[in-house]
Amino acid sequence: MNRHTRINLLLLAVVVALAVLPLALGLGDGKEEPFTGADAQAETAIAENAPDYEPWFTPLYEPPSGEVESALFSLQAALGAGVLAYYFGLHRGRRQGEARARAEATAEATADTAADGAEAGPVGAGAEPDGASPAADGGAASDARSASAAASGPAPGAGAGSGPAAG
Amino acid sequence: MHIAEGFLPREHAVAWTVAAAPFVVHGVRALTREVRANPESTLLLGASGAFTFVLSALKIPSVTGSCSHPTGTGLGAILFRPPVMAVLGTITLLFQALLLAHGGLTTLGANAFSMAIVGPWAGYGTYRLLRRFDVPLMVAVFFGAFVADLSTYCVTSVQLALAFPDPASGFAGALGKFGGIFAVTQLPLAVSEGLLTVLVMRLLSRSSKGELTRLGVLTERVGRGGAKEAAVR
Repeated sequence: MNRHTRINLLLLAVVVALAVLPLALGLGDGKEEPFTGADAQAETAIAENAPDYEPWFTPLYEPPSGEVESALFSLQAALGAGVLAYYFGLHRGRRQGEARARAEATAEATADTAADGAEAGPVGAGAEPDGASPAADGGAASDARSASAAASGPAPGAGAGSGPAAG
Repeated sequence: MHIAEGFLPREHAVAWTVAAAPFVVHGVRALTREVRANPESTLLLGASGAFTFVLSALKIPSVTGSCSHPTGTGLGAILFRPPVMAVLGTITLLFQALLLAHGGLTTLGANAFSMAIVGPWAGYGTYRLLRRFDVPLMVAVFFGAFVADLSTYCVTSVQLALAFPDPASGFAGALGKFGGIFAVTQLPLAVSEGLLTVLVMRLLSRSSKGELTRLGVLTERVGRGGAKEAAVR
């Protein structure tokens, strides 16, 4: 596991700890209904400050039970999580595809230049990232990614050549 | 932070709706402009909205012995500027008001004002200020999201204190009361939201380097460091 992933997991662990600690420490003890929503508590406080206040509008649709309500809440979370997962999955796939295409292209170029002579090898590999650099400066997302993908790619020649291009 | 349906006097409900409407209209324009100018950012816009969707559905226990949820508006405000979040935040609130009876249509203006307008602007302002003083990107992102979350709940407390002043101590007493319910509960949750936003930003800076650079979140300098890191990996 690399450093990037370790830090991400650590961040998640702290978030989970922050959510679980109030439960584990029993901070809701002594309350009539521990861990109710803050929104409901606000309604109680409103009733204290203005005992005569009557809500003048009711929701158009109210979930028939707490179970249905929590189902709809899960649906909301699932929709959001699904879109996020799609986004990251799509980008991961794209990066892998680009890295593979680049590796294949470099392999072909190396094979071609190997036939011409060992001297031409690094020149041929270096020319490709240079060709990509004006596009990366223009801000085209896919080109910038492919330049960085080349930096992490398996091809030894392209890795050295893309340094200045990514900058 | 949702003020429940019908729980604001009519004049307050109207006033907050009138106050929020121009921001949302301006946000719709900003959103359309962004999508037209950069169609490739549609996906990331969707992801920012999705982040708000997930976080505002998570009711998390807090130190006060009650539960509340983050807002998730800091991320989108930092990426696309606050006007865009006025729209995405309001859509989330509308979903919850219509399907979950959480919040409401009469209180939509007040809730949008706190969660979709003040939160994103306060968070974005904090982020920009810290970046100007050369605070590291992820630290600025953390505090941006933290402030976006916490300020939302402070505004809700003010809105309720204005509508329901304490019979004895007036506005100040009511503000203390509602602040105790909302803002104190929210403190650890705002920390959680800050950390989660940093997490997503770290993933984005890996997966969408080009786009973050175009949006000005990653600068060339940071981009080069990131590229070096990628090369090491």
